[in-house]
Amino acid sequence: MTISMRRPGLGLAGCLAAAAVFAAGCGNNGGSSSSSSPGITKTSVKIGGHTPLTGPAAPGYSEIAPAAKAFFAYVNAQGGVNGRKINYIYRDDGYNPTKTVSVVRQLVLQDKVFAIFNGLGTPTHTKVVDYLNTSKVPDLFVASGCPCWDDAASHPYTFGWQTSYQIEGKILGDYIKKNFAGKKVGVFYQDDDFGQGGLTGLKEEIPSQIVAAKPYQPGDTNVAPQITAIQKAHADILVDFTIPAYTALGQLVSFKVGYKPTLFISNVGADPTTVGGLLKSFSKGKASTALIEGAYTEGYLPSVNDTSNPWIALFKKIHDQYDAKAPFDGNVEYGMAAAYTFVATLKAAGTNPTRQDMVDALNSGKVAVGPGIVPYRYSKTDHGGYAGVQMGKITNGQIKLFGQPMVTDPGSGAITAYTKPQQSPGDAGVIKQP
Amino acid sequence: MRLARLLDRTLVRNLLLTAAIAVVLLFVSLAITPFNNLRLASIAYYFTALAGLTVLTGLNGQISLGHGALMAVGAYTVAILVGRDGWALVPALVAATVVTAAIGSVLGVVAARLRGPYLAGATLAFAVGLPGLADRYPHAFGGENGLIIPPPQPPAGLGSAFPLERWEAWIACATALIAFLALSNLQRSRVGRAMRAVRDDEVAAQLAGLDVARTQVTAFIVSAACAGLGGGALAVVTQLAAPGAFTLVLSLSLLTGIVLGGLGSLPGALWGAIALVMLPSWSDDIANSFSLSTDVQSNLPLALYGVVLMGVIVAAPEGIQGAVRRLGRRLRPRSSMSHEEAA
Repeated sequence: MTISMRRPGLGLAGCLAAAAVFAAGCGNNGGSSSSSSPGITKTSVKIGGHTPLTGPAAPGYSEIAPAAKAFFAYVNAQGGVNGRKINYIYRDDGYNPTKTVSVVRQLVLQDKVFAIFNGLGTPTHTKVVDYLNTSKVPDLFVASGCPCWDDAASHPYTFGWQTSYQIEGKILGDYIKKNFAGKKVGVFYQDDDFGQGGLTGLKEEIPSQIVAAKPYQPGDTNVAPQITAIQKAHADILVDFTIPAYTALGQLVSFKVGYKPTLFISNVGADPTTVGGLLKSFSKGKASTALIEGAYTEGYLPSVNDTSNPWIALFKKIHDQYDAKAPFDGNVEYGMAAAYTFVATLKAAGTNPTRQDMVDALNSGKVAVGPGIVPYRYSKTDHGGYAGVQMGKITNGQIKLFGQPMVTDPGSGAITAYTKPQQSPGDAGVIKQP
Repeated sequence: MRLARLLDRTLVRNLLLTAAIAVVLLFVSLAITPFNNLRLASIAYYFTALAGLTVLTGLNGQISLGHGALMAVGAYTVAILVGRDGWALVPALVAATVVTAAIGSVLGVVAARLRGPYLAGATLAFAVGLPGLADRYPHAFGGENGLIIPPPQPPAGLGSAFPLERWEAWIACATALIAFLALSNLQRSRVGRAMRAVRDDEVAAQLAGLDVARTQVTAFIVSAACAGLGGGALAVVTQLAAPGAFTLVLSLSLLTGIVLGGLGSLPGALWGAIALVMLPSWSDDIANSFSLSTDVQSNLPLALYGVVLMGVIVAAPEGIQGAVRRLGRRLRPRSSMSHEEAA
């Protein structure tokens, strides 16, 4: 390799040429300025999200954003919301916080979205919450149950959506306390606000029953040390606060070492279709949903297999029409239910909403119920999502809910039954019934 | 006459050049949108790291597959000092440079004993192993979650409407200019000449009285310091230090970046930095406009990067800067060309 001695003049020429190319390439990017908020016009509203289309969290979760987009396509075909079509752009962050930072800034600065919708993941979204709130961009319905979204004082623009992991942990713990009194409990959890939140809720209810709690890092490929440590502690019950890939990895290890506890899987890691598919691919076809058969779980939405439920019927119809390539599973249901919440909020925010109007609509408590079997908690002081869950059991590869929906708060409040029947999509009045 | 002599001094000339580039960058950053300022900031921190690497590889002939990990050292130093201990930005960036240089000196001692593929292997192990420390010690380094750094606040004197992204671009460009000034002086200094001599023929260099090992270690320290400074600027701009940013892919892209831009030349490092930042976004646009499936889309940036790299190596073996220089020579009148070659 030869490197000639250069005159600095040439170096300068190179630098300036590069700067010129860069500046030229970056030109004419100025968006149209509107009198109200960015991203909204008379006929359209542009929203953005970050989601894992690749990486460790992609299996299952990559179906969520396309399902939400399908729901918006259905609403748009009906004429949109107050004449506005919803344009939803989602970008892949691979569940990598560093990428999340860059795609969210791209959505806000380049795509000029009106709001961030359903940004997915705890380790990812925590890195953009400060940025979005400083920039006063509504950060709606984060796709994660981290209790940290519920902080109206320091993050007024951020709203959670799904039941907080802490509430899940409390209700799971309450069920274990009442039905498995005195049994030893082991916990396998993701080492971030997700797993720790669940563990905190569980400890609130059954502090003395927990004999082992072992964390994993997303990205770990071997979870045998954690599972065998829990086995050695003689836990009769294993509670998973895991994303689907780690539910599957954990169960494969349990199977290999002959550990057969009563299994509890928190909502996000329990979808049988997703976990079954992962078990199959991790074991090269040898394992299946059988490894999570009989596991307890819980949910805040009706079971996706309950076709008699009017919400499921609606989602299925939209799925068949706009998103037929994806399997109709819990992830699709999740994306559509979250999209419904956005449509309801946009409708509640008035005919010419600004960013602030969206936040005000949620703070006012106007968005109270939806596809969930429990109500939302939204108020001026509470930015959490769904208030509780109903217990369920995986039977024949499907989640069957049983008992009554329970609601509580993320703190030390009491756990109570929620008895109001669910509203049908037609009665809710947000979208036209098919 | 005296002025001409003054201009002949390397330091004076490089200072003027750096100042000129700073003015250009200032106007560029004032003219472009916040999002493009963010891109400018990314280009600047990548340039800082690439410039250091191009000195090591192009000037001194040592290969490093571990520069991504050295950037991580800088980033985590800044994250810990600013995010946890509340240091000001400038001392934290200086500390990041010093800490990374210290680690680089250890690496350099190892490197001075290894040649070719063995050196590549050793630095590769460093790149693979180091980010794992974050997962091993989650309490100190935040695990996969990383460490958050509060956004840098633009000084109040710039007005409340001053975009954060422009301020970030200024910070990153300042680090890039410091690296540029230091390295362009080094290139034309005694140390720089020693580095080239060692690269071209170690035995001849030794016969000429140069300490080969010492020169190699020096090159590694300088290079690591730049990587640390660049990594620190990266952490400030992204407001985050997390292992996901410092994968093996980063180390490899840094190396390909300097080859793409033109090995051993600082403008080449700039071309490489532009390619690293702009190619993924162009490939994104391509993928979106053809509405490709996500499987294709997620692999497209790397594929495109590979295609561009191959294209450049075939068409311009000396990298983009080599091609620019050749074009410049062709456009120049003959007399000045011969002058150029005489120099």
